[in-house]
Amino acid sequence: MQTSFSLAQLADSDTRESEKILRTCVHCGFCTATCPTYLLLGDELDSPRGRIYLIKDMLENGKKATVEVARHVDRCLSCLSCMSTCPSGVHYMHLVDHARKHIEETLPRPFADRLMRAVLATVLPRPELFRLSLFAARLARVTSPLLAALPFQWAKRTVAMLALAPDTVPMRSPYSEPVTIAAEGPRQGRVAMLRGCAQGVLAPEINEAAVRLLTRHGIEVVFAEGEGCCGALVHHMGKQEASHDQARRNIDAWISEMDGQGLDAILITASGCGTTVKDYGFMFRDDSAYAQKAARVAAITRDVCEYVLTLDVQPPAMPSRLVVAYHSACSMQHGQQIKTTAQGLLRKAGFVVKEVPEGHICCGSAGVYNILQPEIAGRLRERKAANIAKVTPSVVATGNIGCMTQLAGAVGVPVLHTVELLDWASGGPLPRKLTKNALFAQHG
Amino acid sequence: MTQIAMPQPDPLILAKRERIIAGLKERVPAQWVITEEDERRPYETDALTAYRRLPLAVVLPGSTEEVAAILSFLSREGVKIIPRGAGTSLSGGALPQEDAVVVGVGRLNKVLDVDFTNRTARVQSGITNLAVTTHISPDGFFYAPDPSSQLACTIAGNIAMNSGGAHCLKYGVTTNNILGVRMVLLDGTIVDFGGETFDQPGYDWLSLVIGSEGQFGIVTEATLRILRACEGARPCLLGFDKVEDAGACVAAIIASGIIPVAIEYMDQTAIRICEDFAHAGYPLDVAAMLIVEVEGADAEIDVLLTHIEKVARENGARIVKVSKSEAESAAIWKGRKSAFGATGRIADYLCMDGTIPTGQLPYVLTRIGEIVAHHRLRVANVFHAGDGNLHPLILFNANDVDELERAEQAGNEILELCVEVGGCLTGEHGVGIEKRDLMEKQFTPVDLDQQIRVKLLFDPDWLLNPAKVFPLNLHPLPLGRAA
Repeated sequence: MQTSFSLAQLADSDTRESEKILRTCVHCGFCTATCPTYLLLGDELDSPRGRIYLIKDMLENGKKATVEVARHVDRCLSCLSCMSTCPSGVHYMHLVDHARKHIEETLPRPFADRLMRAVLATVLPRPELFRLSLFAARLARVTSPLLAALPFQWAKRTVAMLALAPDTVPMRSPYSEPVTIAAEGPRQGRVAMLRGCAQGVLAPEINEAAVRLLTRHGIEVVFAEGEGCCGALVHHMGKQEASHDQARRNIDAWISEMDGQGLDAILITASGCGTTVKDYGFMFRDDSAYAQKAARVAAITRDVCEYVLTLDVQPPAMPSRLVVAYHSACSMQHGQQIKTTAQGLLRKAGFVVKEVPEGHICCGSAGVYNILQPEIAGRLRERKAANIAKVTPSVVATGNIGCMTQLAGAVGVPVLHTVELLDWASGGPLPRKLTKNALFAQHG
Repeated sequence: MTQIAMPQPDPLILAKRERIIAGLKERVPAQWVITEEDERRPYETDALTAYRRLPLAVVLPGSTEEVAAILSFLSREGVKIIPRGAGTSLSGGALPQEDAVVVGVGRLNKVLDVDFTNRTARVQSGITNLAVTTHISPDGFFYAPDPSSQLACTIAGNIAMNSGGAHCLKYGVTTNNILGVRMVLLDGTIVDFGGETFDQPGYDWLSLVIGSEGQFGIVTEATLRILRACEGARPCLLGFDKVEDAGACVAAIIASGIIPVAIEYMDQTAIRICEDFAHAGYPLDVAAMLIVEVEGADAEIDVLLTHIEKVARENGARIVKVSKSEAESAAIWKGRKSAFGATGRIADYLCMDGTIPTGQLPYVLTRIGEIVAHHRLRVANVFHAGDGNLHPLILFNANDVDELERAEQAGNEILELCVEVGGCLTGEHGVGIEKRDLMEKQFTPVDLDQQIRVKLLFDPDWLLNPAKVFPLNLHPLPLGRAA
């Protein structure tokens, strides 16, 4: 598309990147068809092409964000389905990140909105605080019926947030502290694993399964001193300073390991975080102190399933033949363009893997989207659950904690992380979520 | 800015904008009436982005009845109406005007009913072309017309432009695959044309409506003919060192008595662009390539492909490569169908859409090369060679005004060339604004006069998509003013 930025505007690095992206777009409209919000709403403004146009107009004319522009950008899930579809190679992710930052900087949001965002940005990246808040949420849930009756968006958001809190808060994981877990037998490799924030509190069994799977195959795993939230949560709210601070801490932690005992890879067990960590190089491209370090970190970052593929994981002697619906997280298939790896691993591990119809469409989780946009997120969850039901699985497997939380109550079968199943199939214990179920117990 | 003129907006309409918006909000929930300038902006263009006009408002109705209420109101007020599907038109078919209201059918995207026994599907018109096939493919059926934009373009737009696609060589274009439509006329009357079968009593209104480019009314529902898919289909790639040989091979295959499902042509520039995106295994060292697909039972496919290979070798094909798997076939088609968008990776483009008799292919290919070179530009040729529907992509830099003008000039000369050799201006993208001013090259004044008389039956005041199809000097009324 034609663009008209002044030389002064192009002196800004973000604008220069956005201009490049906009020039690649030919406005063909293919992206509209695979955009979840366009599918639901049928309005160009809630499609990638419409958002690109809104953003272009705002940036070219140096305009402050308006309530209208923010509404449509806020409705974007950042699922990046459009990037899988786009034949022209438009880097929508970097464009919408720029727009979110511009909106955050130029649009004063209403008080309730600001408060909700501030709470999420403060609590979620901090595991101890998040843990406490989950207990609080369980108590506060009694207010949900009352809140649901209120005609305010903040009330709907609060109800959505309370509904996401689990009934029981899991025990604190041994991996919530910096620790190194030695390989079983001769060491074949050494990796760092992202401890992360919300996942470690909600589902510590994921990293525990990943550690068992890796160490059993000769890999030493380190949870590095000083790392924490990858920054994605606040990054998607346009809070660049906060996201860069969080990212810098992780970069420091991992560089110190890379330059110390060395790392073969940095493994991420939540694909949403993986998409962001793999983008660290871009995020710090203009930061002379961090550009190189960030690029080094990004270069060895892998989703856990990418790395497991390189290990010699033997198929079980007695395959379980359990029917698994694989739900590919958007950050997995679109963000990281990992399309078939997990499914292949699960098949090799003796599971009967079914692809979910309309698998390219988001389940509505999308970070904190299901809290900030409860109505759209709810419709997408129902749509996803109906599609999953079509393949009548015994369990659902996925690679992202957000999707697991979003789908847990909606699909009627256990929702597990891929590594939990892989660990079980290669000698690990029966996953906790399956132990209460007679059907699975016999497999165990 | 660009060569194609648009009429001046009517100040009387602009002056009563508030009243028009209020009227729309009485008929459709306010959230579906788009009025803020920021939000109207993305509706100012379609896939022909060199042309942009900010509409007065945009309305997204949720039912046929709402469309009827809107059209009845707007026509009474003398306001122009721009129907819009997914906005994927390459001819500017959905380009608004400042004094017009865009009526989008994007929310009307449901399948209403499928009858496998009688092989029909009733759908709302805003559903995408591919969504129809996706819906019925688990039962082994498909909807045949497959424009390259089928992922995104709507049935409404397909009907407006009588769209074709790669597989139309065997299955025909939109008009051969639509059984009936529900259409809202300008005054809000809801009419059904056609029905559940091909032979309907009375005038064949359906044929008149299909291809009328949103100038007769707004189609809100359609009954489609759906087909049982063949047992299998397999494409093969034929690579040639001379473009003329590829052109001659197309004619030779058809002359030999085989009608493949599709014969697609790509020149070297196009092959490289698409291979880069789709990784389909296209041969990169040939001057031109044909994708020929045949279908049927395995034995039938084997026989047809053996025969096609023989014809191809006789016509100078150096490479013959048959797809070996479903995944490879999918990649071959993904590359072809993404050709336009993938071109965006290297340049902006104008996509032409002329049709010629297939026997003229070698001559026309040579001339296209000469025309584009004369204007100091490059071209990527992709087209539905089987039915002679050309889509030369003229590459240019949109930030360079001079290049855009040269590209438009080259495009006009290519389309005139199509008419000269006995073909026509448009295969499937429609006339829109892009080919509007060339209509007098295609048709005699008598032809055009008759066409306009038909148009006036549906739209006496030139309110429906008015600045399209007919050159502005042929409009009998001063534009922008209702009689």
